[in-house]
Amino acid sequence: MMNPTTELELADIIASAKGPLRIVGGDTRQIGHPVDGDALHTSGLSGITLYEPGALTLVAKAGTPLAEIEAVLASENQRLPFEPSDMRGLYGASGQSTIGGVVATNASGPRRIQAGSCRDSVIGVQFVDGQGQILKNGGRVMKNVTGYDLAKLMTGSRGTLGVLTEISFKVLPAPEATATVVIEDQSAEEAVATMSAALGSPYDVNGAAHVGGRTVIRVEGLEGSVNYRAAELVKKLGGTVVDFDWTTVRDLTDFASRDGDIWRFSVKPSDGPKLGAALRGRGALDVQFDWGGGLVWALAPEGANLRAALGDIGGHATLIRGTGQPVFQPESTGIKLLNEGLRMKFDPRNILNTGRMG
Amino acid sequence: MDLPQPNSEIIARKPQIVALLQAILPDDAVIYDEHEVKAYECDALSAYRCPPLIVVLPSTTEEVAAVLKVCHVEGVPVVPRGSGTSLAGGALPTADSVVLGVSKLSKVLETNYEDRYIRVQSGRTNLSVTGAVEALDFFYAPDPSSQLACAIAGNIAMNSGGAHCLKYGVTTNNLLGVKMVTMEGEVLDIGGSHLDAAGYDLLGLICGSEGQLGVVTEATLRILHKPEGARPVLIGYDSNEVAGACVSDIIKAGVLPVAIEFMDRPVIRAAEAFVHAGYPDVEALLIVEVEGSETEIAEQLALITEIAKRHNPVELRESQSAEESAAIWKGRKAAFGAMGQINDYMCLDGTIPVSQLPFVLGRITELSEEYGLAVGNVFHAGDGNMHPLILYNANKPGDLELCEKMGAEILKLCVEVGGCLTGEHGVGIEKRDLMSTQYTDADIEIQLGIKDVFDAKWLLNPAKVFPLTLTESRRA
Repeated sequence: MMNPTTELELADIIASAKGPLRIVGGDTRQIGHPVDGDALHTSGLSGITLYEPGALTLVAKAGTPLAEIEAVLASENQRLPFEPSDMRGLYGASGQSTIGGVVATNASGPRRIQAGSCRDSVIGVQFVDGQGQILKNGGRVMKNVTGYDLAKLMTGSRGTLGVLTEISFKVLPAPEATATVVIEDQSAEEAVATMSAALGSPYDVNGAAHVGGRTVIRVEGLEGSVNYRAAELVKKLGGTVVDFDWTTVRDLTDFASRDGDIWRFSVKPSDGPKLGAALRGRGALDVQFDWGGGLVWALAPEGANLRAALGDIGGHATLIRGTGQPVFQPESTGIKLLNEGLRMKFDPRNILNTGRMG
Repeated sequence: MDLPQPNSEIIARKPQIVALLQAILPDDAVIYDEHEVKAYECDALSAYRCPPLIVVLPSTTEEVAAVLKVCHVEGVPVVPRGSGTSLAGGALPTADSVVLGVSKLSKVLETNYEDRYIRVQSGRTNLSVTGAVEALDFFYAPDPSSQLACAIAGNIAMNSGGAHCLKYGVTTNNLLGVKMVTMEGEVLDIGGSHLDAAGYDLLGLICGSEGQLGVVTEATLRILHKPEGARPVLIGYDSNEVAGACVSDIIKAGVLPVAIEFMDRPVIRAAEAFVHAGYPDVEALLIVEVEGSETEIAEQLALITEIAKRHNPVELRESQSAEESAAIWKGRKAAFGAMGQINDYMCLDGTIPVSQLPFVLGRITELSEEYGLAVGNVFHAGDGNMHPLILYNANKPGDLELCEKMGAEILKLCVEVGGCLTGEHGVGIEKRDLMSTQYTDADIEIQLGIKDVFDAKWLLNPAKVFPLTLTESRRA
């Protein structure tokens, strides 16, 4: 089993590889086309290498368990801004999610709508490319425009451009208080109108989802501020302030235990209800909305082509769980050529997670 | 600083190139008179000037595509230009280049408050993007100091920041999509009004690529509702160390101000002499601004002033009115102008880990004495983005070179302590030759490889960002 414990060892493995390699972190985010090749584990590259709470900066090796990072941050009342999901329930996986896997899949939860996605928090990367070269980009400061921004490019590239070895993050204070306003029994149209009103208010909403007929709106911050904003939102939108477990939205708990394919769509929020109806028209068994209506999740019978529901709606679809359909949205010719060109530069032998992204 | 030798063969073909451009653009969109092109000879890094061969001012994406196709076929370098406010020489022409100005592309194409975005042509100025949505109390968050003049195209090219990015992020965090024309003249739509692109994050790659990968003609930008109010507090300390520790404690306490600005004594004195803001004569001055309703502002300021008091401030002034807020910001906003009253200056923007602040400020003082050049420091302290202003006399032979040498030492210092060469201005020509202090040849080579993919003939803004010796074999 290949599980290097140093970056140099990893670089040697890649440089001397005779065939394709399948990059494995915790094996808890199994999104993408299946990949052939020898498993190359990253869990041996583990540990937080730098944490400066006063500078809102954390640097960790790629194989560090997400749970370890979250615990260390919590001890200083801080957190990762982008609320990474736990996909284990969805895939029936039992491993430890690694920070490298989070970054490789740009895993971003409900707070993405306000705090940005994983890529917005990644301020530096170190990785080994397909020829075994150790490369770095960005650093450990949150403002950095020195050269091209490969930290963004690497985030979400699913191990097809290089194997991440170390990642720097901008982190944020954890809030003193959280409140969720719940509005019951709304249609998708009503829900998106409610969420748009909330997100277009001055109240700094950082969660807006619609699950099982309930619309949930979240505010976080200092206690007095949270109480004030939650009260103002209730005045504006109706509903009541209740305890709500946002991990159910983040981890798609309702769908995880049910059989069927799971699709994920990113569209502009006002297109959400129309897409939701089209998805049901194509056989979707259930539909949920996050990100103010712009992130649409659908549970579907196995093999159904829900991507077709997009029609002329701008955006993209990903098959998160299931087979029988292309996982990622087909790209326009121009974009496809650029992506293939980039891949040839980063991994000219085409050995890293070959075919993962289709 | 070395500038590349222009290609005389291209210069000799000027009449033919002008004719080809005139065939695809309206008459007034092609400028080739040698006196008229001088208006484009520099950007805000005005120590370096070079009139371009030709200037084109297209009005549509189609015209931009047509220009790039001609230049691609003819092998003519193209220097894209927004409003020419780059402090790094990002829009500095070469004598054999066509400057492609996007100033005529200034329309708002769509505003969508329900989905919270605006789609604009890229020549539109930063402040007028907010201007287009502020009637409904919305705004576009990135706010570089030059926001009255600078174009969104330039903001995207440099991934511009501003004073408020501690809370709202920089351009790349507020950009949803672009329409971009490649050097070959192909029009690409990347991203859109939805969040997070499918596939590789090309949008993240293009933002901050300094006009080397394509010419952005349209941008979809995230807009936000304005906060109910904002109020600053002014805190003075008698040492930089203590001020730095206060910044760190505020951040650790869990309150995230919208801005934390830091000024040192030379800047405080210059600003005071220039605009009489009523600043105390202290070693370090912090301006911390928070946002929200009256209740929320009071809650945050109570926490911040409590932390500030723990560090025994010489001065602590909480604004009680709009007038007092304006007075607190007055000196900060005039800081660059105030330093400019004293002498010519060079403005750096190296970024450092906040914990290294006292050490770096100490070293800058030593360098200042060593070189005999005065330095003032004003910067975004919350994110470690420094702005050392080195004073020099442009009319004194050798002074600019001395200033550049000292600037290079400061930037190397920023890299040594774990920071970077540039936090928000970009590399341009200014920091091009310092790239090797931050990156290995291999780190740079992969970036050159990316440019190969987008611009195989290396015609777009070719002599920028990377050390000339490393790009020589690729450039035309």
